[in-house]
Amino acid sequence: MLQFIVKRLLFMIPTLAVISIISYIIIELPPGDYVTTYINTLMEAGDIPDHVIENLRHQYGLNQPWYVRYWKWITRFVRGDMGYSLAWHQPVRDLIGARLLYSLLISFSALMFTWVVAFPIGIYSAVKQYSVGDYVFTFAGFLGLAIPNFLLALILMYLSYRYLDTGVGGLFSQEYTTAPWSFAKAIDLLKHLAIPMIVVGTAGTAGTIRVMRANLLDELQKPYVMTARAKGLQYWKLVLRYPVRLALNPFISTVGWVLPSLIAGETIVSVVLALPTAGPLFLQALLEEDMYLAGSFVMLAASLTVIGTLLSDILLAIIDPRIRYEGAT
Amino acid sequence: MDMSKSSSIDADSRTGLTLEEADDEVEEAYYLAPPLVLTWRKFRKHTLAVISAVALIILYLFVFFAEFFAPFSPHERYVEYAEAPPQRLRFFDSEGHFHWRPFVYGAEQQMDAKFRRTYETVENEMYAVRFFVHGAPYKLWGLFATDIHLFGAGEEAPLFLLGTDGHGRDLLSRLIFGTRLSLSIGLLGVALSFVLGIIIGGVSGYFGGIVDTIVQRLIEILRAFPSLPLWMALSAALPANWSIVRVYFFITLILSILGWTGMARVVRGKFLAVREEAFVKAARLSGASTAWIIRKHLVPSFMSHIIAVATLSVPAMIIGETTLSFLGVGLRSPAISWGVLLQDAQNIRAIIRLPWLLLPAVLVIIAVLAFNFVGDGLRDAADPYH
Repeated sequence: MLQFIVKRLLFMIPTLAVISIISYIIIELPPGDYVTTYINTLMEAGDIPDHVIENLRHQYGLNQPWYVRYWKWITRFVRGDMGYSLAWHQPVRDLIGARLLYSLLISFSALMFTWVVAFPIGIYSAVKQYSVGDYVFTFAGFLGLAIPNFLLALILMYLSYRYLDTGVGGLFSQEYTTAPWSFAKAIDLLKHLAIPMIVVGTAGTAGTIRVMRANLLDELQKPYVMTARAKGLQYWKLVLRYPVRLALNPFISTVGWVLPSLIAGETIVSVVLALPTAGPLFLQALLEEDMYLAGSFVMLAASLTVIGTLLSDILLAIIDPRIRYEGAT
Repeated sequence: MDMSKSSSIDADSRTGLTLEEADDEVEEAYYLAPPLVLTWRKFRKHTLAVISAVALIILYLFVFFAEFFAPFSPHERYVEYAEAPPQRLRFFDSEGHFHWRPFVYGAEQQMDAKFRRTYETVENEMYAVRFFVHGAPYKLWGLFATDIHLFGAGEEAPLFLLGTDGHGRDLLSRLIFGTRLSLSIGLLGVALSFVLGIIIGGVSGYFGGIVDTIVQRLIEILRAFPSLPLWMALSAALPANWSIVRVYFFITLILSILGWTGMARVVRGKFLAVREEAFVKAARLSGASTAWIIRKHLVPSFMSHIIAVATLSVPAMIIGETTLSFLGVGLRSPAISWGVLLQDAQNIRAIIRLPWLLLPAVLVIIAVLAFNFVGDGLRDAADPYH
């Protein structure tokens, strides 16, 4: 087991390296260099001594080849210094930190929503294959797949305005935005979480239902199911105890594949619903060419995905010994 | 095979043979039919896929003949009809008389107490809708100058069947023109991913070993990337002063950067699987060269499957473009795509006041569903011997 984890950890290093290079390319993409713009802004505000400018140029490695600049950036990034946001006049780390937490909260609850909705439906569709319910769910699933996230957000926003008479933008009601944490504030947060959770989760639900249905159908045809039935085990008890558990395994292993789409979904839904998460901050940074902020976001989002994949791999190895032994040899 | 059964009845009634003879004949025809015919027969049985294919053909007719289908020019502003709701096409006038030619009433703009535009129907102005009318002149594909439109009711008539936007531009015309960019970007992007995927996946699957390992690792890493943030970052970096065409091609390129990975995986998997098949071994033993085997045996054997996978990956491209444009980092006005149109429906106040601005969404959903169903149908039909 330890060997498996170490192997997976070592494998992460090249992945993270490639991700960091792509992120740095994004930072350097816009024409003109960022530090010059920054120095110009400082100059406008008033005279600054030459040695400060020189210091800044040195610090960011201007006048040096790109790989030196990249190295300076990544070594600082690893130590937690993600650069400075020109637009916000704040270190990127302070800006992103709290918002990323909300992003993770939404993504995680969306994943839970997907599973809670999709697993029972998938099981039902497999057990009652070709029933009316099966067709209805398949169609609904297709529809969920076809509606882009931001559209679903717009539509739900419109509906809840029309029929529930509540505003759905933001993560907190006005009176709680700046209030210190309390039980009431947490409840308020949960209320506002519902729509983003449903929107982000729906996109994945359709696919999950289909995979769950296919997995379970495969399992249900296996001889052990027939044996158990022949021995007189109650049908539902049997289904839930053995085939369902086996059919669930692939989901644990594919959490890593779901994470990128969750992060992507969360980004856009947050923009539409104006949630105080990392997504809108990222879009704004891109539009204002605030590249350290934008690059850090890409880097963090991708790294989190990789870490999530690692965790799901380890989880699967714990659950399914076959993987463990295969990975160790 | 239930297909041969259903067609055996046709064969019987046609030739007057006994059922058994007809059966034999059909069976023979079945075994002798080329794969394409079999694929088509199987695809045809998938009703939903056929309906979807028809829908896609209509949408692509819009792509090629947008100028002809759109009743107005997409950039023309009819200020006196700004923010007009969808017009009702009528057959009965206010007195209950039936008109065999559909018509629209005139509309007059008014301001309500909150300075919002409202429209009053003017019942003494009637505009009959005709087919193949002369309208705004255009040059189809830059070649044929004409002014014929599929339908219209004259220059002055407020024939805004889907309403107008805040500048008084006809939403239906803009939707038809938006189809051009949105749907071609999907196809072009997939074509690009297709080529990249076949080359890279083929190399990876054929050579194996260290090349295969490196390519597979690269694909894994790219797939771990959250697509949308990467797309957003790359397309936001496109200079604002670029021409529409240039931005369009780069957006396509950006969408394909991650798109080829899925294709490459499928191609590699198929290569590995088919390489071991008996017919490939037979070809090799008869002295066929590697290039010949790849071209004549390997690629045709899984081409249909790859085409199905390609069809299924078009929707992601369409949604990608729409999303990017919607966020303001993709195509920008004056370019017209579904995403650009949806930008007008970005905030809740606009949607509540002008709900018809959400209509481009309907087309997005139809196109995505249609590609999914056609892809499903193709995937089932791809292996006609199954």
